[in-house]
Amino acid sequence: MSAVIHEAHDDGHHDGPPAGFKRWLYSTNHKDIGTMYLIFALVMLFLGGAMAMLIRVELFMPGLQIVEPDFYNNLVTDHALIMVFGLVMPAAAGMANWMIPMMIGAPDMALPRMNNMSFWLLPAAAILLVSSMAVQFIPGTGVPVNTGWTLYPPLSVQTGLGMDLLIFSVHLLGISSIMASINIVTTILNMRAPGMPLMKMPLFVWAWLFTGLLLIIIMPVLAGGVTMLLFDRHFGTSFFDAAGGGDPVLFQHLFWFFGHPEVYVLLLPSIGVLGLVIPTFSRKPLFGYKPLVFFMGFLFALGLVVWAHHQYTIGMSLGATTYFMIGTILISIPVGLMIFNFIFTMWRGSMTFETPMLFAIAIILMFSFAGVTGVMLAVVPADLQYHDTYFVVAHFHYALIPGAVFGLYAGVFYWLPKWTGHMYNETHGKIFFWWTTLSFNLTFFPQHFSGLAGMPRRIVDYNIQYIEFNQISSIGGILFGLSHLLFLYIIIKTVKGGEKATDKPWEGAQIGTPGLEWTLPSPPPFHSFTTPPQIK
Amino acid sequence: MSKSKSFLASISAFLLSVFASPASAEYALNLPEPVAPLTAQMYDLHMLTTKIATIIMVIVIGLVTYAILRFRKSKGFEADQNFHKSAFGTWSWILVPVIVLGIDLTIAGSAIDALNQVEDYSQKNDVTVKVIGSQWKWTYEYMEDDVRVVSNMLSKEEAGEHYLRAVDNPLVLPVGKRIRFLHTASDVLHAWWVPEIVYKKDSIPGYINETWTIIEKEGTYRGQCAENCGTGHAFMPIVVEAVSQDKYDAWMTEKKSAMQVAAAEASSDKTWTLEELMTRGEQVYNTNCVACHQANGEGVPGAFPALKGGPIATGPVEGHIDMVMNGSSKNPVMAAWAGALNDLELAALITYERNAWGNNTGDVIQPSDIKSVRK
Repeated sequence: MSAVIHEAHDDGHHDGPPAGFKRWLYSTNHKDIGTMYLIFALVMLFLGGAMAMLIRVELFMPGLQIVEPDFYNNLVTDHALIMVFGLVMPAAAGMANWMIPMMIGAPDMALPRMNNMSFWLLPAAAILLVSSMAVQFIPGTGVPVNTGWTLYPPLSVQTGLGMDLLIFSVHLLGISSIMASINIVTTILNMRAPGMPLMKMPLFVWAWLFTGLLLIIIMPVLAGGVTMLLFDRHFGTSFFDAAGGGDPVLFQHLFWFFGHPEVYVLLLPSIGVLGLVIPTFSRKPLFGYKPLVFFMGFLFALGLVVWAHHQYTIGMSLGATTYFMIGTILISIPVGLMIFNFIFTMWRGSMTFETPMLFAIAIILMFSFAGVTGVMLAVVPADLQYHDTYFVVAHFHYALIPGAVFGLYAGVFYWLPKWTGHMYNETHGKIFFWWTTLSFNLTFFPQHFSGLAGMPRRIVDYNIQYIEFNQISSIGGILFGLSHLLFLYIIIKTVKGGEKATDKPWEGAQIGTPGLEWTLPSPPPFHSFTTPPQIK
Repeated sequence: MSKSKSFLASISAFLLSVFASPASAEYALNLPEPVAPLTAQMYDLHMLTTKIATIIMVIVIGLVTYAILRFRKSKGFEADQNFHKSAFGTWSWILVPVIVLGIDLTIAGSAIDALNQVEDYSQKNDVTVKVIGSQWKWTYEYMEDDVRVVSNMLSKEEAGEHYLRAVDNPLVLPVGKRIRFLHTASDVLHAWWVPEIVYKKDSIPGYINETWTIIEKEGTYRGQCAENCGTGHAFMPIVVEAVSQDKYDAWMTEKKSAMQVAAAEASSDKTWTLEELMTRGEQVYNTNCVACHQANGEGVPGAFPALKGGPIATGPVEGHIDMVMNGSSKNPVMAAWAGALNDLELAALITYERNAWGNNTGDVIQPSDIKSVRK
């Protein structure tokens, strides 16, 4: 009996991937689905990036140069949605798909068919999102989605057909990420190899456990909020209409109950990557692994109950405002501990500075900066001045580009040798690092000043007093955008060929709490860990 | 190494710019100099958190720089594999949160003081202004004096260097008096903000939010709508003229008598000629309608319908009056004007719309026509 099962087992493994499009369309293989997620994210990076560059070109000079006001705010809206739902979340999910089963010694994800579905909903959602932008060019479809990604009513009730398509797109994105999260959480809790207790999991796995749980909690709230919006738009309900007994502010609470934890959804996977990259290139174990795990849990819990700091100006009671202010300031405790522990992981280490490590160090510095401006913004009386200005824009781009996107870049360079079996060109990697980091700072640092000087967000045209900072920002923005062509070139070149990567391309990758991915060949076989590995 | 240098450079540039006299610089680098007690408190709070932020950044950059200079493999530094097990490594998880908590409580303490002041509505106000945001202009109602001012953006030619931050009718306020603002909106969210004198609170349809200030210095203060309100969001400037009490009283008297004359005209039984109504109608149109329907009456294709040759402006008079007075049942952007405009203004506006831009319907609507519809 057991021999028969064993034989059937073997057949599957030696077959390798099916040929042609079926390999991808019907895939239940965590590595293939991970690859598809990453490619999808890369496509969205260029789409969202092109929108950002269009925004910066428009803002290079005062006046209306290339886009109309509504199209401009449509760009702002879709740039945000594409970067959040199209780039960061799929890229992080792609890395989770690729790495988590290999790190914990599982043969695949716990729910492989659901894995297939959660990926294939994404292209459908992306098509809806792009059509929501495209319909404005058809006459009679009303005002384009000019609300910003927060979709606040009553403005979002005024907009045309594009908003309906966008709401359906958000539904699909939500279903996709809930399914992906259930899958990842289940895999982590049930599929670990014998000998890997929770407290020995790599930090990336811990980070994704919290991320997955967060998504399962918050996505239904967003889906509910946008569905109520859909009903207000078409079915005569008044959830958000004061004239009908509803409340426009209710939507803001629903949105930010999702929106604030979403920041940690974007952030935590990258923190997880840092928890692997920094020990590897410092050649010593993570400083304070346990506190990092517990404070990540603290961040998870605190992050769920401070959402209204995005709405200090709505006129909440003094008590509520004070609570949200103190809660928000306290977030500096887990974040401060993370930064501290990463710095002291480098302390007394034996550091080398390959591309992933360069990104990690830059993240520590720039994310700390986002952290301190975050505390500034948390202080309500001062926020009543900063709110909805470019100071906020600068703050969250410092949080999300280093905190989330650069973390993913670090992950890409860290694992490219494992994924492709080839080393990337280190010189190209370093050029890419310097190019992105410098141009990023050139883009967003001046925006702190234009914000303090009083330039509001989401305006297509500005007074000439803001011209200098906007021009610096625009030049930086164009350079930042162009740097990603080099990123694409490095990835394609590494996939096609290059120096052969060893199983353990990084000297320090085995130190501390590493994953089991380094025990596999580079690239790993189509099916890995068909029998549970033994961990000493 | 050179990366951290570039960082140091950018941080010190930040420091220099923030701490160098903010008023003298031609490029505004900091919050504008406050001229009210509350905004001054906010400014101080901002400077306090900026200083703390700068100190923290200096420490972080210092530690990272030291680490990457000293603990390098290329310098032959051997990794200390037991560093995380030392007493420091074992207990720092308590140390760090305690230090951070201390900093947090310092900040929160001063913030709560300021916040209590912001939310202190117990004192008597000298002037109350209701600020109504609508797409895309501000309406100010002086509650005690029953005076109403509609404030529209000035065109590029009229505004010059203040384009996008200049209006036709500024909000005139006395200095040295406690002024209360009541914020609301007629259509979508807006936010009224003049950084020197008063902070933001959102204007939300169905809500009344409250802010207050005492302006300490005469002058012209400018701001913009801060909450995205759609197509014209960038074109909703705010200007406050702070003047002495005497000048304010004189302005108010003049405004009141002008309004009395207008009210008397509107309620008189006079029959108006087409020319008179066209002249007045153009003024009303340029104050209230031009933001969407445009000066040439052509609207914005896809967003705002054209009045020039449009089905309502050239259709039955009753439908036109109904649309202007009660707004559109299909499109919430088209507001109801029955409450905001008097009979004469409505009659003039509708007459203007039916005869301008080659519409030439020849219809003349009298204030009495509007009065009969109102009943």
